[in-house]
Amino acid sequence: MRMKEFQDTSLIRQVTSSIHQAAEKLNGKPVKFMEVCGSHTMAIGHWGIRKLIPETIKLISGPGCPVCVTPSSVIDELIRLKGVTIATFGDLLRVPGSLGNLEEARARGARVETIYSPLEALKLAEKEETILVGIGFETTIPGIAHTILEAQRRKLKYFSVFCLAKLIPPALEALLRDDQAAINGFILPGHVSVIIGLKAYTFLSERFRIGGVVTGFEPLDILLGILRLLEQLPNPEIINEYSRVVKPQGNEEAQKMIKKVFGVSPALWRGLGWLPDSGLVIRGEYEEYDAQKRYNLRVRETEPHPECLCGEMLRGRIKATDCPLFAKTCTPVHPVGPCMVSSEGSCAAHYKYER
Amino acid sequence: MCLAIPGKLLKINEKEMGIVDLGGVKKEISLAFLPAAKEGDWIIIHTGFGLEIISEKDALETIELLQQAYSK
Amino acid sequence: MQLIISMKDDIITMGHGSGAGLTQQLIREVFDSEFQLPSYEDSIQIEHRTVVTTDAYVVKPLFFPGGDIGRLSVTGTVNDLCMSGGRPAYIMASFILEEGFKIALLQKIVNSMQKAAEEAGIRIIAGDTKVVERGKCDGIYITTSGIGFLPAGVELSAKMIRVGDRILVNGTIGDHSVAIMNARQNLELEPAPVSDSAPLHEIIQILLGTGGLRYARDATRGGVATILNEVISEKGLGIIIDEKSLPVKEATTALCGLLGLDPLYLANEGKLIAFLSPGNDDLLEDLNKHKYGKGSAFIGEVTEEVQGVYLRTAIGTLRPLLLLASDPLPRIC
Repeated sequence: MRMKEFQDTSLIRQVTSSIHQAAEKLNGKPVKFMEVCGSHTMAIGHWGIRKLIPETIKLISGPGCPVCVTPSSVIDELIRLKGVTIATFGDLLRVPGSLGNLEEARARGARVETIYSPLEALKLAEKEETILVGIGFETTIPGIAHTILEAQRRKLKYFSVFCLAKLIPPALEALLRDDQAAINGFILPGHVSVIIGLKAYTFLSERFRIGGVVTGFEPLDILLGILRLLEQLPNPEIINEYSRVVKPQGNEEAQKMIKKVFGVSPALWRGLGWLPDSGLVIRGEYEEYDAQKRYNLRVRETEPHPECLCGEMLRGRIKATDCPLFAKTCTPVHPVGPCMVSSEGSCAAHYKYER
Repeated sequence: MCLAIPGKLLKINEKEMGIVDLGGVKKEISLAFLPAAKEGDWIIIHTGFGLEIISEKDALETIELLQQAYSK
Repeated sequence: MQLIISMKDDIITMGHGSGAGLTQQLIREVFDSEFQLPSYEDSIQIEHRTVVTTDAYVVKPLFFPGGDIGRLSVTGTVNDLCMSGGRPAYIMASFILEEGFKIALLQKIVNSMQKAAEEAGIRIIAGDTKVVERGKCDGIYITTSGIGFLPAGVELSAKMIRVGDRILVNGTIGDHSVAIMNARQNLELEPAPVSDSAPLHEIIQILLGTGGLRYARDATRGGVATILNEVISEKGLGIIIDEKSLPVKEATTALCGLLGLDPLYLANEGKLIAFLSPGNDDLLEDLNKHKYGKGSAFIGEVTEEVQGVYLRTAIGTLRPLLLLASDPLPRIC
């Protein structure tokens, strides 16, 4: 639906040329734009966007990959559960814990099921004790909230959610408090924004004087996003390029659902540490569906590999090739840190698309 | 977190569910967050939930404005 | 691409069965190091212009739109034999059956095998049966070994591939994986996507008839991208695939969009990749007339412009199409 127009080669050529012109006006000054969404990382790699834009514009990947920012201790907690079916999105299957990943656990007899939708976990819970691994950002969270309410409606006794949901705006704020990041603008996540709208980002321009463009995922969307970021450098603001899908107020029904089921809490972001008000916790009235309470699961920080530079990567301070482990000890088959773990982590994407 | 695709809403079923056409194949998804969705709307879908109604009008406008800007 | 086996890899995981990097590493390091295999081709030529191959079939679910484990066990092995240019002739089948498996179901599978055999013009001449305790195998596993004969004058080899050669697929890619995934994940897509399971002996004959067929490979596990990487890895040449020319069904695009997958890495059971000399434009018309050649397309060419396999995207940019380590995972992000 309309997707072909957003892949139109003559418009792409024209926007690309405008990007080059806008970059020239900066007289060779390098700019760093951060994209904060795994799907943007993938789209940029898939379409070869870096080949089109000038060298002076650096696109770096932020912590917008829910798998990448999930502490590996979570995997350890899940693996030690016995007699429970673990329902998880495919993304998490090969994340390494200290005792291996969920796929290997399945090879050793654990009941691990991959699901496309959280609602599928309810079907499993009708037959056997099931825990839904609730990773995701604001795009996925409303669905998980709805699933918990549905579990309550169906009076399911053997269903719970390990809530690992995280919120994007607090992570952006944490990145900007870090002077060395030197981010000149954000390519803001298109589908997270469908839920939270634009006002969640106004603090970027108002408090930090950094602009952001809510961007779609077709090549023309991404290039337009980059162009708008360049154009508004002198006067940063929040712009909605993805207006065909993102409404300024977001999806209020979904926002209500999130507030009904969850409260805000600190969360542990792998590579970034504990960030205040950046995670969600299941409210008391739904505590029978809270897997952390039911199974006494704890989220702990684990010691990173001494040479792992994922923390620097997620803050946008370095690129993949700056890390001594990249493509040597740390590869998609044997990922060391979160940036290589997920297939759209910045190092994994670099490994796949940019070498 | 962001993998979502467009689908055309063909039929609204009971219990806030609906059938969408994803391009030749149909699938049932949840319309829990789209109380205003009507049959014929294009919807953006993530993990089995419709998250927003896509505005064809806005899509057209974005393209047309761009085309105008470059025809000068 | 060198993959590293670390000390942690003391067990087999699903990745080793993917057909991608981990499988290749396993074959090289565990099997080839002992067996000294003559090659890693789909089938091997031995004395008297005989070609042989073997394959195991463990697909779940056992029955799916477009096929079943029985049909696959015949067409899969037939296709491996065909890729050499040989005429498939005989199959031997061994069955591992789980205690409690319904005999009526076994009969259905066997009937399907015979039907596939007749379609491919081959005979199933020998077999074996073993039964294992309940829970020790998923119902039924089938291994088939095939024998074929290479006609005089037919010598297909990757060594014959030259710069300028064209790459062809005989129809839409990713169909089989999509059919299985929809069934296994209960995605309930409507209509249910159909596997492309098919014997390719006649397609190969059409290709041989051009006089310009250099080499052909069955595009099964790992998909088109994996095979292309395997073929080109030894040669110091490059391949550029044209994204716009890839034949993909709408249903496949839809499911890949839902799950974040790329059809180039998904398994097929009725598609081959053929390397042909330049020209041969009429070929598409001939192929499209055949039941299993509909949607045939030239998807790329062999070039010196790059080293390795690349994709020219629909917007004109060039990017690598790498070998993956394992099956692509569905994702939400």
